[in-house]
Amino acid sequence: MTFSPQLEARFDKLLKSYPPGRQRSAMIPMLLYAQDELGCVSGDLVEEVARRVGVTALEVHEVLSYYSMLRSRPLGRHHVQVCTNISCLLRGGDKLWEHACRKLGIGNKETTADGRISIEEVECMGACSWAPAVQVNYDFHHDMTPAKLDELLDGLRKKP
Amino acid sequence: MLYNEPSPLETKVLSRRFGNPDSATLAGYLRTEGYQGFAKAAGMTPGAIVDEVKASNLRGRGGAGFPTGLKWSFVPRNSPKPKYIVVNGDESEPGTCKDRLLIENDPHQLIEGVLIAGLAVDAHAGYVYIRGEYRYLIDVMEKAIAEAYQGGWLGRNIQGTGFDFDLYTHSGAGAYECGEESALLESLEGKRGIPRIRPPFPAVVGAFQCPTVLNNVETFCAVPAILRDGGAAFAALGVPRAGGTRMTCLTGHVNKPGVYELRLGFPVNRMLEEVGGGIRHGKKLKAFIPGGSSCPVLTAAELDGAAMDYDSMAARKTMLGSGGVIVMDEDTCMVKAALRIMRFYAHESCGWCIPCREGTTWLKKILTRFHEGGGVRSDIDLIGDLAKNMLGRTFCPLGDAAAMPTISIVEKFRHEFEDHLNGRPCPYENSSQAVGA
Repeated sequence: MTFSPQLEARFDKLLKSYPPGRQRSAMIPMLLYAQDELGCVSGDLVEEVARRVGVTALEVHEVLSYYSMLRSRPLGRHHVQVCTNISCLLRGGDKLWEHACRKLGIGNKETTADGRISIEEVECMGACSWAPAVQVNYDFHHDMTPAKLDELLDGLRKKP
Repeated sequence: MLYNEPSPLETKVLSRRFGNPDSATLAGYLRTEGYQGFAKAAGMTPGAIVDEVKASNLRGRGGAGFPTGLKWSFVPRNSPKPKYIVVNGDESEPGTCKDRLLIENDPHQLIEGVLIAGLAVDAHAGYVYIRGEYRYLIDVMEKAIAEAYQGGWLGRNIQGTGFDFDLYTHSGAGAYECGEESALLESLEGKRGIPRIRPPFPAVVGAFQCPTVLNNVETFCAVPAILRDGGAAFAALGVPRAGGTRMTCLTGHVNKPGVYELRLGFPVNRMLEEVGGGIRHGKKLKAFIPGGSSCPVLTAAELDGAAMDYDSMAARKTMLGSGGVIVMDEDTCMVKAALRIMRFYAHESCGWCIPCREGTTWLKKILTRFHEGGGVRSDIDLIGDLAKNMLGRTFCPLGDAAAMPTISIVEKFRHEFEDHLNGRPCPYENSSQAVGA
């Protein structure tokens, strides 16, 4: 597989970050950074990462199935994650989540027909003092309300 | 960036640079007494550095509160193996969002803390493990690391001291369990985050089977001030058995939620009323969690005379925990709170230990049915019994973390469970939990 020069540089740096013989350590960051570029962790990517860190594809699959951010199928270009854990719940995170589902007409880990937006109900994302919080890909949106979420989703629909 | 207004009641030690436009840069750090703790430590023996940290009464800020100096002293001095410093930046305990601010606003403070730990135990490499969701912090950290290399604060012969140190970032990919130290080490080694059997503890057999100092972000961030101003000065900020300040995350039903740096031993009532601006909408307090969702819940009455201190919380059979304060007002449904907390632990249980894997799953099912009105009276004891049978029966504390809040909610809010009986819908629903209200 070929990757962008930026990703290749990142891989090189990662593989040099661990003690000799411990290149397997690079696996999880490699999978996540590659997923960011490719949209998901495909079977080919599993094979490629396995080859580069010197383990079997099965050992990569073991890791892939454990970490909640790694996925083997693509989601929307803008992945909207709504936290409903306790601190967000107390400030309306659950209502915000229901609002997002209704507005987009899709459910948990589903994607709109145009492939633009997917939604996920997630666990604590570390924005508890500025709750309820939403993450779009890696961008945080704090102190959300249904009106602010509408604005955010409308913006994402127009975004390239 | 800061996401809430600071409070005049804060004691700013770790957050002293927050708000400076250049707080995350090497120039901004050096201008404000940055790396002076390292300079001092470089002239001390490793034993003297550990003694200074012991004198500060610094206790681990991740949640367990273990004395940091003591932890460092467990690293075998004469081991022929390389030693490592690992920073736990997997901040995932519900209610906790402080490490994020420390890295975002002052990454060099973390680097300096790691360097001092390196001097103390003769380690020459370290890893900053950051949860995957905090992607932007990987960039912040890498930028600071690059600047530190350029300025001669990382790499070979740091500032002419003869001390070498390399620091790397490492991303997680979504797993609460990886905040547990031994699971974090598994994750660092490219494996599923399942706990290791201890002993041996990481101080002896840690990263890559080598002696390792593993502390929370906030713990390392406290170290530069301790070396710079002395352990005694840091200890004096707190209470007799716990020194310094806590980055305290006020969350839930307060008027001014936010992250505030408060002295150890700060009175709870002043924290809620004066720092947090009181309970939202003039409501009364119903329940209080001192430090993340793993802690047993306290009632308003139990908070009489309580302080944000390990001993004060232990006397009330709960824990100071991670600094994530969760405040619930009189309209909160405690069955719903117990259910949401259990849903989290069921989702995050790694499945390694059966009492945790099965216990969290069944408790989630029973609490879901109960909250929906399908409960029977015997369920109330069943929930408590199931949770009690998880206590102390797992390799890592996740089982206890799921059990403790549940047991406390069943014991202290039993009448709320009874209110859900006989097929009645949740009597508390739609009261205070309206969005943006």
